[in-house]
Amino acid sequence: MSPRRERRKSPRPNNSTNTPARQKPRGKVNAYFTHHLWVLVSSLGVLWRTPFATFMTAAVIGIALALPAGLHVLLQNVQKLSTGWEGTAQMSLFIKQGVSEKRIQKLAKKLRGWDGVEEVRYISREQALEEFRKLSGFGDALDSLNENPLPAVLVVQPTSEASEPAQMELLLGKVRELKPVDLAQLDMEWVRRLSGIIELGKRGVLLLGSLLSLAILLVIGNTIRLTILSRRDEIVVTKLIGATNAFIRRPFLYTGFWYGLLGAVLAWMLVGIRLGLLSEPVSRLSFLYNSQFSLGGLDLETTAILLGSGIFLGLLGSWLAVGKHLQAIEPS
Amino acid sequence: MIKFDNVNKRYPGGHEALSGVSFHIEPGEMVFLTGHSGAGKSSLLKLIACIERASRGNVIIDGQNLNRLKSRHIPALRRKIGVVFQNHNLLFDRTVYDNVALPLIIAGYHQSEVGRRVRAALDKVGLLGRERAMPITLSGGEQQRVGIARAVVNRPPLLLADEPTGNLDPELSKEIMQLFEQFNQVGVTVLVATHDHDLISRLDHRLLTLKQGRLDRDGSTADLIGETVAAAGGGI
Ligand SMILES: Nc1ncnc2c1ncn2[C@@H]1O[C@H](COP(=O)(O)OP(=O)(O)OP(=O)(O)O)[C@@H](O)[C@H]1O
Ligand SMILES: [Mg+2]
Repeated sequence: MSPRRERRKSPRPNNSTNTPARQKPRGKVNAYFTHHLWVLVSSLGVLWRTPFATFMTAAVIGIALALPAGLHVLLQNVQKLSTGWEGTAQMSLFIKQGVSEKRIQKLAKKLRGWDGVEEVRYISREQALEEFRKLSGFGDALDSLNENPLPAVLVVQPTSEASEPAQMELLLGKVRELKPVDLAQLDMEWVRRLSGIIELGKRGVLLLGSLLSLAILLVIGNTIRLTILSRRDEIVVTKLIGATNAFIRRPFLYTGFWYGLLGAVLAWMLVGIRLGLLSEPVSRLSFLYNSQFSLGGLDLETTAILLGSGIFLGLLGSWLAVGKHLQAIEPS
Repeated sequence: MIKFDNVNKRYPGGHEALSGVSFHIEPGEMVFLTGHSGAGKSSLLKLIACIERASRGNVIIDGQNLNRLKSRHIPALRRKIGVVFQNHNLLFDRTVYDNVALPLIIAGYHQSEVGRRVRAALDKVGLLGRERAMPITLSGGEQQRVGIARAVVNRPPLLLADEPTGNLDPELSKEIMQLFEQFNQVGVTVLVATHDHDLISRLDHRLLTLKQGRLDRDGSTADLIGETVAAAGGGI
């Protein structure tokens, strides 16, 4: 049976309600998107009508998101700082006593030919003594020694690609094999350690992030569950009128979307405020250390990830809640 | 259009609301359903809209056997059926307009079309001025008419009404029945459950009478008059 066919067969009693049903498909796709947009806006409107409750939920999500996001930004900054230093990482090769100047020069030349070596600077025993005299102020004491106690040094500056801790380690191992070298030392051993700590920190942020994501899912899921229960009658009535599950699901999904988005925006603001508070003392500190370093904020990528994960968690949380609780509500 | 074939409905408590009910309503018919309170009128209508399922027997709507209807196809069935519920089933946090518009929005109608049809339907039930009102501020009869407007706004091929005139005065009841007859004249199949013998005896339609869950009589409303007269005569 088709309602349209039947209606067309028979005369229309009252032209006010009975326009030809043929017109119905006009703009139906358009109507579909209009409906989505309408649900999107109206679900925000519903949240807006209970600002306090909405803010509470969004704040919980915001704080949970701000924690890993803030740590991530902090790590990014530490990394930025340490890459600045990695560029200055060098290696000092202390040459054995009694190795001739000529051999040392030859060695320096050989090292310059190596991969990953940018520059090799030769500091002769005399230069070393001179430098030490100037810097230490122990000039007189040194004069009283008959012999120069300082070894000659080759300072190896690796290329910036080879400044990575692992590469440096490799290079260090290689120069230690060299016969004339008494002792080889990485001047910035701690950079490597810091890098290790950063790596650990990143894992920590990931772990913390996934735990808190789970918490956010539970918070959103529970909030949506309560919303579903409070709108039970409405769900029953719309089901009675012939609404599909997709139709009924929609406002709840959009509600989850808004919670996620609002939470992410709050998190973004929280991280921003924290960075704002820190940036002044940090630049003062870095000025004291004669550094150009300034605290970096939330970059575009991090912001996108923050908003994206907020929305994703909001949708997923409500999807799970809706899937679980909507089936149970049937008219009877 | 509606075919009941030896239908039983037993509720979880063990109470048999309908037993051995068989009848057939052709497309375009207008039928009244009557019977004492608890006779099973609402239960019968619920089976048609697949709000309840038959315990035994077949309910066939528009060629579709509801016993075998998958739950994901129920929405499509219900959209073909306009239902006026005994308890109105309005959404009390939405305006009259939004309540009536709901079936159209569910069906994906265009905004402009929705506005036109909603106003036309409200006009028919005499509530055109109350679009912005909340249902709670309306009288029982007005709420009932909102329910009627919502049932017909989508112009479904099948209209079920459960005590649609329960809260209306005789004048308004007559108008609502005339409205149903108008729909019937344009091909809509109409099934109205009602207690109101006075009202239906004045209209000439087929009448199904339920008695304790069984189909007691399947005749015309004219028989009802004869019956009433006979009963009155017998009393003398
Ligand atoms: N959900 C239910 N669970 C158990 N029993 C029910 C249920 N719904 C109805 N019944 C029982 O089924 C019988 C028929 O009920 P129904 O509502 O169909 O009667 P009715 O003819 O519509 O009565 P009324 O004129 O008072 O509305 C009643 O005895 C009722 O108690
Ligand atoms: Mg009833």
